[in-house]
Order: sequence, then structure tokens, then C-alpha cells
Amino acid sequence: MVKEFRELVRDRRTLAMLIVMPLLLLVIFGYAANFYVSSLSTAVVGPQAAQAVQRLPSFFDVTVTEPADTEADARTLLRDNRVDVAFVTGQTPVLALVDGSSLFAAQSAVAALNKAGSQVRTQVLYNPGLKTSWVMVPAIIGLILTFIGTIITSIGMVRERESGTLEQLAVMPIRPSRVILGKIAPYFLVAAADMIIVTVLGIVLFSVPFNGNAFAFALGAAIFLFVVLGLGVFISTISQTVGQAIQTAFFFLLPQILLSGMIFPLEAMAAGVRWIGYLLPLTYFTMISQGIMLRGAPITSLWLPFVVLAAMAIVVFTGATLRFRRDLAPGRNPDPAGPAHEQPAGTEPAAAGGQASTAGTA
Amino acid sequence: MTYSVRSATVRFGSAVALDDVTVEVPGGSVVAVVGGDGAGKSTLLRALAGEVSLDRGTVEAPPKQRLGYLPASSGSWAALTVAQNIDFVAGIYGLAGDELAGRRAELLDRAALTPAAGRLAAQLSGGMRRKLGFVMAIVHRPDLLILDEPSTGVDPVSRIDLWRLASEAAASGAAVLMSTTYLDEAERAAHLVVLDRGRVLVQGSYDQVRADFAGVITRTDQPVRAGWAWRRGRVLHEYWPDADPSNPPAEATAVAPDLEDIVIALSLARRDAVRS
Repeated sequence: MVKEFRELVRDRRTLAMLIVMPLLLLVIFGYAANFYVSSLSTAVVGPQAAQAVQRLPSFFDVTVTEPADTEADARTLLRDNRVDVAFVTGQTPVLALVDGSSLFAAQSAVAALNKAGSQVRTQVLYNPGLKTSWVMVPAIIGLILTFIGTIITSIGMVRERESGTLEQLAVMPIRPSRVILGKIAPYFLVAAADMIIVTVLGIVLFSVPFNGNAFAFALGAAIFLFVVLGLGVFISTISQTVGQAIQTAFFFLLPQILLSGMIFPLEAMAAGVRWIGYLLPLTYFTMISQGIMLRGAPITSLWLPFVVLAAMAIVVFTGATLRFRRDLAPGRNPDPAGPAHEQPAGTEPAAAGGQASTAGTA
Repeated sequence: MTYSVRSATVRFGSAVALDDVTVEVPGGSVVAVVGGDGAGKSTLLRALAGEVSLDRGTVEAPPKQRLGYLPASSGSWAALTVAQNIDFVAGIYGLAGDELAGRRAELLDRAALTPAAGRLAAQLSGGMRRKLGFVMAIVHRPDLLILDEPSTGVDPVSRIDLWRLASEAAASGAAVLMSTTYLDEAERAAHLVVLDRGRVLVQGSYDQVRADFAGVITRTDQPVRAGWAWRRGRVLHEYWPDADPSNPPAEATAVAPDLEDIVIALSLARRDAVRS
């Protein structure tokens, strides 16, 4: 038992999993696991907008009031994800447009609007049936890219280090950038192929619409891939074994699943936890994929997630590849191939029974 | 051309892996580095290969294009076949087409790996994998060939094959630096370097090392000083650093030391000097 504790204390990653993971899960499920959206960002347009705003319950958080705007303008606000609900006044009954791509917000909105009876005509856009699969498939695409980018890539690269072939590559006349490119390119291509397959299957099996521009979608996916591949490379640089890489990748993967808005709506999370979500790349890819696939949003209305992902890609990918380059350069590491390799410190000849034994026996 | 590491000192944190080590590797010869675990063998080889930066000293080595290196690990890609491993490395050195096909066939034949050309490296025995690593290190006919314990864990027949390959590389003009824990192998090298805890205990040809060895080694059943004795087969050998070979200690039979005796004796003498 003492031996097990000693090993555990020295295995900091396992220790972190044992201590940090329960705390993380407690915090996440305590503050983030909430499907109920307590307020909805709302736009009110049309000639009676001002009066309508006065009559709306506080549940509808009115952020846009434009008496001069039309139904078309309201639809644009919803498409650009600036509001969850838009009321179009000047007609009887008042038209309530609901963004169905924000599933839980839409469900809450429909429930609230149903109480208004015949005063409001509700129309759910982008996901009329409020199907879970329609919002999950675009997010799952991001999750698959994250899985390949972080776990599979880091395993592949750490295996090279574990087998000692990274050391072999380091002494060859090959530029580090070519080594990195050669390692990453296959994962990039496999992830891209996976993305296409999942997207097509999502459309065929679940009838998920693809309303937007495929090029913009591919661009967002490519930028996101650079972020997650960068994370995979980074994980490989801080891991000596495949086991360590998987453990570390798990630390990156779990928060993305739980806090990116994929499962629990971001707007329903406590503010502190929500901000963690805003630090995660999957959050922004989900905004892009849902925006393009479901709402047909143009790239101009998705500039924020595109810019944030691009910044993340530059920082993460550059930082990770620089760290990886360092592994290929002459270093101070006494043991590049793992514990089976020679240790730097000398070992005493073992004296037993009045004899000294030393290495070098033929 | 002679390649070298001069006055090399390498530290890993507080541990000194190499301490003022100078080793020369002339073209056309095999230099063997021997020493126990932690002696600094791999660090010396990696320093010459440019894989470890020195705290002090200089390295004279050919450009990477002219360097061949077999690391202490497998040195091959497990999920590639033997032929694919060779082709991959050869491609990095610019070999292609008929030249590559000819060189691959020649090396596979010399290493007795032709029947295994289509097998995955992961499916090879330890000895075959080391031979594959060796073939990959010499595929481009390097000027300097660095082999980190090529024969460790290898069966006796494969050890002979590996030594033959190393000798052939030297015969064709390459400077070969290899580390080994097998002292019978090291005795065959043109020049040998004995390392202990990062320092050179002795170096030179086997004959030189034997000639320069000071003190007397005796054979005994009951050592006088247990700390200076070690087992050789059924008997013990004991080292007398200050004894005169022409006048060995009383009641003991002096033996003509081989390299194993010399390495152990000098290691014990150095540790005694460090302690005192």
C-alpha cells in the first residue's frame, strides 16, 4: 500500500485526475448543468414596437427595439444570432420569430409564447421541429475534429518519441518544419474526411439542413482543425508516454464537451463557468457550424467566432510547433527515448558477499 | 578525415554526464566506447551526433547529410515494413529509383534481411530490428557512423553480423564510433575508450591499454580486500593497484588481465580515489 501511495504521489497526472476531476465535475454539474434558460435576448420591430416592449414579461430581455424595421430585418437579426426571439408588430396577431438553432432557448421561448394564446403567432425558424439532432450534429462534427486533433494526434506523435524514432529524425538532414508537417498532414486529412462523412451522414440520416455556404463552413473547420491539432502537438510535447498523452488530452476534451454549449446552453450557465466556455475553441466552432448549417448565416455575421478561432489557431499552433521543434534540436534531455535509455548519473558497483560486480561482463 | 569531441563537458542539472572528455574517431576505423550504466556512453555519442549540446568543449562532425546514427532504441518505424523503413530513410538522404533499389537489395543481403523485406518492423526479432536500424544508418554511405549499443540484447549470431557490418563500413572509409557493453566486441576495435561516470578512464588500442595498465590482478578463492575483488567464472579476481607486476602479492597467482579485468579494476580504482 505504501508503495502504491509513493507511485501515486509521483504520478502527478493521475493525482490531478483524482483530485481535480471530481472538483471540476462538481463545479460543472453544479453551475453549468442547467437546461433552463432564464432570459431570452429579444428584438421588437414594427410600428407598435415601443408599446409591445412595455407589455412583454421580463423573461424577454429586449436588446433591440426598431419601430422602422420589418419582418425581413427581424429574420436577419435572428440569422446573425443577435437575438433569440424577434417580435414583429403591426399585424394581428403579433408575429413571434424564434431561433430554433438555440434549442433550449427556443423551447423556453415557445413555452412562454404559448401562454399568450391567440395574441401571438409563433414561428420557429431554422429548426421548426425543435429536433435535438439538428443542433447536435453540427456540434458533434466539432467534437470529432477535437477528438482526432487532440487525442489521436498526440498519441501518434508521442509514439514516435516513445519508440525513439523522433531522435532518429532529429539527426537526419530534414527540416523540423517538414517533420512537423509530415506528422500533422495525415491527421488533418483524416479529420477533414471524417468531417465530410459525418456532415453528409447527418444530412442523410437526420435530415439536418445545410443552409449556408460550404466554403465558409470548410474554412471554419480548417481553422478549428489547426487549433485542435496544435493542442494535440502541445500535448505530445508535455507527454513522454501514450498513457500520459491520453490522460492530458482528456483534461482538454472534457471541458469542451461540457462547457462549449454543445450539451448545456451557455446562456443558462453561471457567469463564471460560462466564461470558461468562452475560452474553449469548440464553443466558437459550434457557433460557426450551427450558424452556417442551420441558419444559413453568412461569414460576415460570424466574424467574431472566426476571428477568435483564427487567433487561437495562431497562438496554439505556433506555440505547440515551436515546442515540438525544440524536441528536434540539440537539447539538455538525458533520456529522449524513455526510461530504458541510459541515465546520466553513475551507478555504484553492487558489492555483495565480499565481491564487487560491475558492468562490462562479456 | 578524423571526427572528434574535445574537452567535452555535459551536465544534466546537477549530474555531470561528460567531464572533459576528448575522443577522436579517424576515418576507416572502429572506435568502441565501453563503460557501465551511466558511464556517459550514449551522451558522448549523442554529443557527436549533435543531439546534445555541450556545456564546454567542441565537436567536429560532418554535416547531417554525411552522418549515420543508430540510437539505443529500435531506430525503426514499427508499422512500416523492413523495405519501407529503408526507403523512407533513403528518401530523406535523396536516394531514389534504381540507385535506391540497388542499395536496398545490397544492404538487405549483407544484413541477411532479404527474406524479411516485406515484414513489419514490429514483427522482427530484436536482433533483426537492430540490423534493420544499422542498415538504415548506413544506407547513404555516411562519413561518420555512430552506433549506440547496436548489439545489446542481440543473439550471438546477429552480434557477429552486426560487427561484420560495422567493420565493412569502416573498411569502406567511414569513421565508426560505437558503444557497447560487450568487452569482447570492444577488444576487436582499432581504438577503445573506457568511460566511467563521465570521465575517460583509459583509451587507446587494446594492446596499448593492456600495456599501460598499472598494478597487478590476482586470482583467488578468498579475496584479501572484498571491495577490490570481482567474480570471473568460478574464481575471484582481485586488483592490487600499487603492486609491481614482477613481484605480485604473496600467496596469490597473478593473471594476465583482459579488457574486462582492466575496465573493472580501473573503475574500482577511480571510485576509491573519489571516495578518498
